[in-house]
Amino acid sequence: MPDFAIPDAPPELTGRALFPHRHLLSIADLKPWEIRFLLDEAEHWAQANKGQTRKHDDRLAGMTQINAFFENSTRTLLSFEIAGKRLGADVVNMAAATSSVKKGETLIDTAMTLNAMAADVIVIRHASSGAVALIADKVDCPVLNAGDGWHQHPTQALLDALTIRRRKGGFEGLIVAICGDVLHSRVARSNMLCLAALGAQVRAVAPPTLLPPEVEMLGATPYTRMDEGLDGADVVMMLRLQNERMDGAFIPSAREYHALYGLTPERLALAKPDALVMHPGPMNRGVEISSSVADHPERSAITEQVAMGVAVRMACLDVLTRGARGVEGWS
Amino acid sequence: MSRIAIVNGLLADPAGDSPAPGTVLIEGDRIVAAGAVTVPGDAERIDAHGQVVAPGLVDLGVFATDKPAFHFGGITRAALMPDQRAPLDEVGLIRQATRAGKPDFWVHPIAAATRGLAGVEMAEIGLMQRAGAKAVATGRQWIADSGVMLRILSYAHGLGLTVIAHAEDAGLTAKAVATSGETATRLGLPHAPACAEAMAIARDLMLVRQTGAAIHFRLVTTRAGFDLIRAAKAEGLKVTCGISPAYLFLNDQAMTDFRTFARLSPPLRHEDDRQASLRAVADGTVDVITSSHDPRGPEDKRLPFADAAPGMAGAETLLALSLNLVREGLVSMGRLMALLAANPARILGVDAGSFAPGSAADLIFVDPDAPWIVDSAKMAAAAGNTPFDRLPVQGRARRIMKGGMFL
Repeated sequence: MPDFAIPDAPPELTGRALFPHRHLLSIADLKPWEIRFLLDEAEHWAQANKGQTRKHDDRLAGMTQINAFFENSTRTLLSFEIAGKRLGADVVNMAAATSSVKKGETLIDTAMTLNAMAADVIVIRHASSGAVALIADKVDCPVLNAGDGWHQHPTQALLDALTIRRRKGGFEGLIVAICGDVLHSRVARSNMLCLAALGAQVRAVAPPTLLPPEVEMLGATPYTRMDEGLDGADVVMMLRLQNERMDGAFIPSAREYHALYGLTPERLALAKPDALVMHPGPMNRGVEISSSVADHPERSAITEQVAMGVAVRMACLDVLTRGARGVEGWS
Repeated sequence: MSRIAIVNGLLADPAGDSPAPGTVLIEGDRIVAAGAVTVPGDAERIDAHGQVVAPGLVDLGVFATDKPAFHFGGITRAALMPDQRAPLDEVGLIRQATRAGKPDFWVHPIAAATRGLAGVEMAEIGLMQRAGAKAVATGRQWIADSGVMLRILSYAHGLGLTVIAHAEDAGLTAKAVATSGETATRLGLPHAPACAEAMAIARDLMLVRQTGAAIHFRLVTTRAGFDLIRAAKAEGLKVTCGISPAYLFLNDQAMTDFRTFARLSPPLRHEDDRQASLRAVADGTVDVITSSHDPRGPEDKRLPFADAAPGMAGAETLLALSLNLVREGLVSMGRLMALLAANPARILGVDAGSFAPGSAADLIFVDPDAPWIVDSAKMAAAAGNTPFDRLPVQGRARRIMKGGMFL
């Protein structure tokens, strides 16, 4: 037995009714209490992962988890792999981005193939919005969206929310500024929906060219000036410039972007004195964030986000497989 | 020459208003008279049993020769867009296309304005006209080079051909698959502002003013676009425009859940633009309603939204959906037939789509109230990619006459 123990399902919960979803595709699908339920589950795993040398739980032993990444990823793939292995699953990584698998019918074919291989849970990343939902429709097992196009990255939003909750205690009235390339960011879309649902005041801070239209309906107030967006913020969440998703020039130069929208110590001073700095990574140091801010020992929560990522993904893998594992009240 | 008299029908004359009882007299493959006609003794009498008798629909700007779907929809002629596997930019391809549906269906090919539809070099428009092309088109895309577009308009004008233009400024649309707005933001789809359409129309209208050419904007879908067309018509420019039922009855929310059947080009617009489209039909700004028929199989549609091909199978639903405009009081039946038959025929310069003496005897018997349900799984089209799947509709073409012969 490992030196920690988390019940397979918390006894105070009534089971599936609290999380009636087969897949995890979008934060938009989740009600606030469902988000809080997943955060609570993840909190258990965050505690369990902390400082333990033996991290196996093995509740997914005998189950096959396939990480099908049609788009390159390092940290998310690794995070899901570690999460699955800590739960005892047989984890298989399919680096589809570098294989002959591209898109089109092949995508459906791949889904059917994965299904035929009797995967028990599939984690998918894809460059096209909606691609994960398309695959989820074709397979029998739970599917987790690990990022689809500009659309959603739900586990990232959950890990960010968990990080904030641990540092700030809650969300009600918290001012969260999500800054940078909001237009091309699935992280921003997921986070805006997630944090607004949990009661935070969310700001979308970006140059006008990188701000999606009608961003308000995702729960965020738009700001096009960084200084105004940061004013009094409790959390400053920086986003990477997604140059690979840009078709043409959206900003004049990285130098100008840093001057106007980069998070420097001076600019961070506009936020609350204890404001938390976050970044989903990978960071472009010297572009959207200065190294001194990114590495700030008290203010930066960037490495904590990574740790919470594993916990959140363990929670999601656990919850979504409870039905198949025959956990009482979940079948 | 054989004579046929269609009697006991309600004639939906594009030149008239409401359907009126009357007779259509046909000699050979031509209409010789319609209305209060004395039926000659030697004419074969066909009883329409009180059904609406209308001209066969002329579908301006389709992407496939899909005869079963066209026949289902009461379409007797279609103008085929040059966007084919091999773009219609050569005489041989045009000649081949003219033969594609005969004798019971006629295809009027539209010549590619530029070689390979690349928007750079002018294609042999004159030779293609001789081979049977009835118009010139920029294809699915806008010609970005204003100089090339100016020369195409000027050259086509000299030949008496209408230029059919796609109205979306490519600099704005780039890789967009949706109209900027709430739905695109929520779904995280590459998007472009709706003004991309008006930008393109404004530029082309300047060039039309310069050349005197006739231009037809195949699909206009925005309020700003219609405002420009309205003003250009008032000015006396030779401008016409079309729309397809999708833009009249759906808005961008139809893309929710990444429904690729709602992936169209131009993309579905906001509700206020949809309302503006309905107004433009009602006030006469719109000249043509087209199915924009583009059947796409699962290889093209069972994909992530942005990767899916744009287009919908529209031929079968064209008439039934358009009849909603009559039921809602936006247009009369006669005006609807002008939109669906007479006007497109006039733009193409073919004697069809009307009851005028000398017009081709292409007719349909319509039961305007017949209820049916659109079912993508059971369509006659080459593919069932319709965003109107499972929609109850009314109106069916019950019988078709093509060139004086019943099918």
